[in-house]
Parts: sequence; structure tokens; C-alpha cells
Amino acid sequence: MKILSVCGMGIGTSVLLKMNAEKVLLAMGIEAEVVAVDITKAKREGVGADIILTTPELVVLLEGMPGKIVPIDHVFDLTEIRQKLTAALL
Amino acid sequence: MSSIVDLALGKGSISLQQTCSSWRESFELAGAGLVQSNRTTNQYTKEMIQAFEELGPYMVIAPGIALAHARPSEAVLETGLSLVTLAKPVEFGSQSNDPVSLVIGLAARDHDSHIDLMAALSELLMNDEKVNLLLNATNEGEVRSYLS
Repeated sequence: MKILSVCGMGIGTSVLLKMNAEKVLLAMGIEAEVVAVDITKAKREGVGADIILTTPELVVLLEGMPGKIVPIDHVFDLTEIRQKLTAALL
Repeated sequence: MSSIVDLALGKGSISLQQTCSSWRESFELAGAGLVQSNRTTNQYTKEMIQAFEELGPYMVIAPGIALAHARPSEAVLETGLSLVTLAKPVEFGSQSNDPVSLVIGLAARDHDSHIDLMAALSELLMNDEKVNLLLNATNEGEVRSYLS
């Protein structure tokens, strides 16, 4: 499975999301590649992603991309990330 | 031993109990901290403000915490952080994480070399108890003691 974590600049939020998503995926026993990118790169290279993790404010900029868009309110909240990833994987 | 976050916060990068009336003022302080500690030029502060203007308050990544940053650019001299605490929380326009009391400025040379720093920063900001201590700190020595 391929997961993109997306933010505006590709160095801050997306990196934090990637790290925390990886922790959650490991705990869930799910094998996935998580790639942190900025919006421009996401649109260019994100075609094959199954899930797109981002923050609520950026969802509108990613609409129309293939893959399920999962907005995370609080990037340090592993419980929220786990719940939303679980729901997205169903 | 100094932690990786402590080392990323150069001399002059910490401003505590500041009074700001807008996100812009807090970004200016976060930018000034990066400039003071020789991590960026003034241009980077403008780039952070421009990034927020373009993409909005998504940089408020957790309740009360904003990560002020722009893309890696010529304006970044060295990867580093700055830290600003606000005496009175400020509304950034975030859907779920307003108001903001802690602004972390982040400058990265490229997309990869700051990954260890981000892991350490994540670890720190995930710890509510430490975040509270940081928010209430009134001097730099106190802040640095919480980072070690």
C-alpha cells in the first residue's frame, strides 16, 4: 500500500504526519510505504497512492486526486491517526 | 548532553512570553529568532509569512501549536529552529487547533537532512507535560533544561 502525507512545503507537517502514521501502521501490523511530499509533488507523483494524509485546511487543494483523502486535525494524536486510518482502510 | 532540539535552537532563537496581536507578528518573531541564531536571512521570514498567506492556517498542527516554516531556499543558511511562546494566545484561523500559544520556527536546508530533528521535535511536542512547562517558562535556561 502507498500512502502520501501532504503539506504545503513538504518539510514540516507532512514529515510529522509520515512519522506518526508509520508508528501507527507498525502497531496495526500494516505494511505500507509512506511518502512525505508538498502539494505540487503530490499532484504530480501521487497518482498511485491509496491514501492521502493531510491537514483539514489543505483538503480542498487535493480534491480530485485518486486515493482516499484523510484529514488529520492533530498530527501528534496517534489515536486520531489510528482511528482515521482504520476507517479509511475498511 | 544536549538534545537535538536544544542544538537546533541557536543563540537568540528563543523568545518567551511575547505579546502578539496576530499570526503575522508571531511569525516575525519566529523569523527573527532564526535570523538571530544565523540559521536564515530576513528573506526567510518573508517566505514563511507568504506561505501562511497562500496556504492558510494549516501550519497550526496541534492544539495551540504552530509550525512556522517555508520551503527550503537560498534564505536558509543552516537547518534550525526558533521558539516563541505567547503570553496571550492568538487566533490563527485554524479549524480545530486555535488559539496558538507556541510557535516553532523551522528552517530546513533541503527535504531530508532535518528528519532526525523532526522526530525529536515530534517526540517533544507530543508530550503535553513538557509543552506545558515550555509554555510557562520565563527564561531560556528553563526551556533548555526541559529539552535535555
